[in-house]
Amino acid sequence: MIYVPDDNVCHDDALQGAATHTVDPYVQIVGLKKSYGLKPILRGLDLSLQQGERVALLGANGTGKTTLLRVLAGLTRPSAGTVAVQGFDLVQDAQAVRRLVGFVAHQPYLYEELTALENLLFFGRMYSVAHAHEKALELLGRVELAKRTRERVSTFSRGQIQRLAWARALLHTPHLLLLDEPETGLDQEGHTVIDTLLREHTERGGTTLFTTHQLERALSVGTRVVLLNKGRIGYQQQTTALTLTELRGVYGQAVKP
Amino acid sequence: MKRVFFEQMWAILAKDVRYELRSKQTWTSMGMFALLVLVIFNFAFDLHTENTNAVAPGALWVAFIFASLLGLGRTIAAEREQGSMDRLLLCPVDRKAIYLAKLLGNVLFISVVEIVALPVYAALFGVPLLAGGLIPIVLLGTLGIAIIGTLFATMAAATRARELLLPILVFPLIVPVVIAAVRATEALLVPTANEPPWIGLIIAFDIIFLCVSTLTFQYVIEE
Repeated sequence: MIYVPDDNVCHDDALQGAATHTVDPYVQIVGLKKSYGLKPILRGLDLSLQQGERVALLGANGTGKTTLLRVLAGLTRPSAGTVAVQGFDLVQDAQAVRRLVGFVAHQPYLYEELTALENLLFFGRMYSVAHAHEKALELLGRVELAKRTRERVSTFSRGQIQRLAWARALLHTPHLLLLDEPETGLDQEGHTVIDTLLREHTERGGTTLFTTHQLERALSVGTRVVLLNKGRIGYQQQTTALTLTELRGVYGQAVKP
Repeated sequence: MKRVFFEQMWAILAKDVRYELRSKQTWTSMGMFALLVLVIFNFAFDLHTENTNAVAPGALWVAFIFASLLGLGRTIAAEREQGSMDRLLLCPVDRKAIYLAKLLGNVLFISVVEIVALPVYAALFGVPLLAGGLIPIVLLGTLGIAIIGTLFATMAAATRARELLLPILVFPLIVPVVIAAVRATEALLVPTANEPPWIGLIIAFDIIFLCVSTLTFQYVIEE
């Protein structure tokens, strides 16, 4: 394993094997560039995610993790390069991609004056979810908010709001989960709840890309870690072939100013 | 497909109305502002029978326009500030449905303020409220202001100086509809011969800008 700071090439045998896998990747990102004004954030990023993978996206602040997730979610257009999700082009088939994606950010973006159930029912209508009411109630139970379904979100604690954001993200049974520091505000119990939901999502064949600053969590939850550095992939490795000490070393090298 | 479009549009509108009914942020400030303008105009001008008809239409539309801008700025900006607009844009919703829902919401918010303000206006200025055609003029004028206002409030909401930018963007564009609405209101109070078809002008304005705004909204709301 060799850390390559400004190169998309991964010098790891196991990963080289994955790259030549014959199955079409679920998400295929080629030469992705994104600039805000004159400031480049993503500088020609190549990445593919296989179905069922849980990829932890690591990197120092400002390396483009959130920008990458925002591009994949269709919230911001790429400046150059192509992104395909389940074969759908992100720009040309934006609506088809949106149906496949669930997004949890560190900010919950819920309607605080609406109740938990009203929030879920509203998004259920946005995604045309069949039997949205039953599904919403079931998910509220899963995130342990069953007793607060008819209470306004403004009365919820930070952790409860984040759990509700998880319920909303899973309401339309997305194939691709994009998680931007999704554990923000969650207590230990909350972590257990979302870990269960995430495991079930993977068992259904769902793919996950998540950002975190907790290396232990990246190793325990992810099946692969990808380290972003200056808008490119600096390093990637399967978690089964990586120890926490090794990851700390690589990460420390990458975030060094 | 059409059914989904209208379902989503209705859901967004219902959500906005419910949200506003609970937060009461926009309606209260818009209503208070409109009433204040009418009262100030009433005291600022020494109203007599002969000059009321000249002042009253202007006072009415100044109150409506400024109150509208107050509300138009808030409805989209609040959603932007909370980040919930981003969340809405993540959904597979036709952007036209979002625009039309926001537009209908704004028309509804402004109309409620007008329903409160119109009787006060009629009492203060001695104008017959049900004088043939005032309500259609108010509705068509409001629609014109809301069509332009909703589009540009969305644009301004993405900027830091949104409160400053919104009137600068909107006022020049709504000049035709404002002139036509004021003159049509004036013509109601003092009917004169050979008046241009002001209501026709407002209708044409509304149709043209409704089409333009609906089609361009996607490029405004998305990056």
